[in-house]
Amino acid sequence: MSTEKKNNDDAPAAPGGALKEAESRLHYAVRELSQSSWVITLLSVVVALVVGALLILATNPQVQATTGYFFAQPGDFFLTSFEVIRDAYSALFRGAVYDWQAATPDRAIRPITETLVNAVPLILAGLGIAIGFRSGMLNIGGQGQIILGATCAAFIGYAFNLPVGAHLLLALVGGALGGAIWGGIAGVLKAKTGANEVIVTIMLNNIALYLLAWLLRQQWFVQTGSNQPIAAPVEDSARLFGLLGTGFRLHAGILLAIAATVFVWWLLERSTLGFEFRAIGENPDAARTAGINVPKATALVLIIGGGLCGLGGAAHLLGTEYRLGAGIAGTLGFDAITVALLGRSKPLGTFLAGVLFGGLRAGGVLMQAQTGTPIDIVLVLQSVIVLLIAAPPLVRAIFFLPNPDGTAKSPRRRRLKDQQAAEAAQEPAPTQEVTK
Amino acid sequence: MRSFTPKALFSLAAVGVLALSACGEAPEEEPEEDDAAAEENGEAQADDNSDFTACLVSDAGGWDDQSFNESAFTGLQNAIEDFGIESATAESSSDSDFGPNVDAMVQQGCDLTFGVGFLLEDAIDEAAQENPDLSFGIIDSTLPSEPDNGKPLVFNTSEAAYLAGYVAASMSETDTVATFGGIQIPSVTVFMDGFADGVDRFNEDNDADVSLLGWDKEAQDGSFSGDFDDQSAGRALTEQFLAQDADIIMPVAGPVGLGAAGAIEDDGDAKLIWVDTDGYESTDYGDIILTSVLKQIAQAVYDTVEEGAAGEFTAEPYVGDLENEGVGLAPFHDFEDEVPDEVKDKIEELTAEIISGETVVESENAPQ
Repeated sequence: MSTEKKNNDDAPAAPGGALKEAESRLHYAVRELSQSSWVITLLSVVVALVVGALLILATNPQVQATTGYFFAQPGDFFLTSFEVIRDAYSALFRGAVYDWQAATPDRAIRPITETLVNAVPLILAGLGIAIGFRSGMLNIGGQGQIILGATCAAFIGYAFNLPVGAHLLLALVGGALGGAIWGGIAGVLKAKTGANEVIVTIMLNNIALYLLAWLLRQQWFVQTGSNQPIAAPVEDSARLFGLLGTGFRLHAGILLAIAATVFVWWLLERSTLGFEFRAIGENPDAARTAGINVPKATALVLIIGGGLCGLGGAAHLLGTEYRLGAGIAGTLGFDAITVALLGRSKPLGTFLAGVLFGGLRAGGVLMQAQTGTPIDIVLVLQSVIVLLIAAPPLVRAIFFLPNPDGTAKSPRRRRLKDQQAAEAAQEPAPTQEVTK
Repeated sequence: MRSFTPKALFSLAAVGVLALSACGEAPEEEPEEDDAAAEENGEAQADDNSDFTACLVSDAGGWDDQSFNESAFTGLQNAIEDFGIESATAESSSDSDFGPNVDAMVQQGCDLTFGVGFLLEDAIDEAAQENPDLSFGIIDSTLPSEPDNGKPLVFNTSEAAYLAGYVAASMSETDTVATFGGIQIPSVTVFMDGFADGVDRFNEDNDADVSLLGWDKEAQDGSFSGDFDDQSAGRALTEQFLAQDADIIMPVAGPVGLGAAGAIEDDGDAKLIWVDTDGYESTDYGDIILTSVLKQIAQAVYDTVEEGAAGEFTAEPYVGDLENEGVGLAPFHDFEDEVPDEVKDKIEELTAEIISGETVVESENAPQ
């Protein structure tokens, strides 16, 4: 209880004012996100597909050829454009959901399982990030926590010889623990010293990356006997077992993801701890006044969030990759942030967003292989979706939707809000969470 | 209204440009693009090999990495032009894409699928075992299970780097040369090992004392920029070497080498040794490039595709060395006159020695 005294919120009173303000704006944005409607999400996806289509057209050599004589034969341009977009998006769909052109029935339903395979780490890590968002903490360290999770899980997976069930369990727990420690560093630093979690987690990402690069050059770690920077494959006993037999990669990680989604829902919506988390997210001062141990809750948010990210990394490694390389995390940590944003930091929303992104990834592979459309288009789709969700007024303007408040003068209201925020920021008062 | 004007101007300009560019003539012969041609990038030429499909999966570097992905891609493009085969390519954006990308190639009906880089060895190995009637290739690595339908394409670049080390040592005016790598992996350090040995050879033969910065072959430790992207890191490392009096530098780091080239150009006196491709042709720094250590990935891919299209694919590893000209030293180009004839003769002598086995360039990083 004595730690309550040195709370982080009154520590950085003088310096870091601008940072604080920027941070409260970020909190505002996150909250704004969680309040906009599902219609906006859907429309954002539509707009993203349109933007993606334009880019596909702009980069397609056949379409470029027809624009050269557009005025002579405009029909060519429109026909080719239509065909190119139809091929690209149908390949995206066939790669992500159901492939009606596949040779065998197995291959036809494989895409949806691939989507789920891709979704597993995104969901788990997305949930970890979402817990932070709900608690008013911007955990940008998903990448580092995933790396640590995968590293610990991999090492346990190949360095130990254990019976089937225990090995897998230990590897998963080890992965979660690795992530939890990495998140916990940021959590404890924030709780004890008021260190800004955004900065700390970003730095921890870099440290994790180089720690892994160093480990991969140590023979005691990789245990391969070769000097390629890639670790030995994990033992069969530590792998997440497949659910559908040969030809499918879908593994038990998806059950883990579902369980984690339910757990996070229970944690945030039904448990006392989750209430504390949300309370410090809404207003730490009020939370403290209400008798919540804010530093403890702060640290726990990042420990649990890190643990989920670590579990995501572990499931990724034990379920599909099996071998630890320097690029094990890919861009998972950053995709997880967008997944959590898209899912509005709600457990079910994050789950569905993870499936959507997993599908885009799976479909992107087939789209690239069959139509030559660059895989980067998928990244553009993801980015545009999140961009639009972050700016609901833009989507409303594009589709001429009414403002949910019933007033059509949102710009003025925004300015008013900004003004209030600026005034509040000028005051030295600790309450800067002016956003109502 | 004020904000309207620039927008309008911009739109007008954009429309104008579009309209102008769209005024071309329609092609005289209708290209008759049916659905099938639209899907296949219109590559079906009048050649007899159009039933053979060769495919390529990159690692995270992508086809524009100015290094081995790009070389492999060039090789495939050349093969497409010359043999009229079908092709498909997939860029991987992260390590988890390797498996799905290789699988997509197999589903596409690729007869021969290459994986570029050692990171793809597991994905290619697995696909080769599951599809015994298709052929596979892996560049810069070997396949763990050595399947009958998987061909490793590896390069003993230490042999060519040995020659480069000798040239560098003989041309250095400050008796100091340097090298650095991108990431410490065998396909990079094999260059550095050979370079170090070449410098040592020059010292032995001429009783000289040229020192090498950036790589200690014994300890297998040296300078690395940390990735294959960050040119400023290459520049910083190079500036350090220059400050320590090095005047010939060999970066083994793909595009990061361009940062080194920038620093050397500013320095004015120093020279660069490029790797993988002939830097005189592939970069804009021809006037400071003494020579290049060539690694003929494009040729190896091209040859393998040719074998495959002719139905003569074998799993026998391709090991590029000086003998089969899979690796080599590029011409001196602008420095042709500056390099003394005795050095040129010595290089030819060394080449013959290495080919005959009289001199063995040893490197624990060389392909086995």
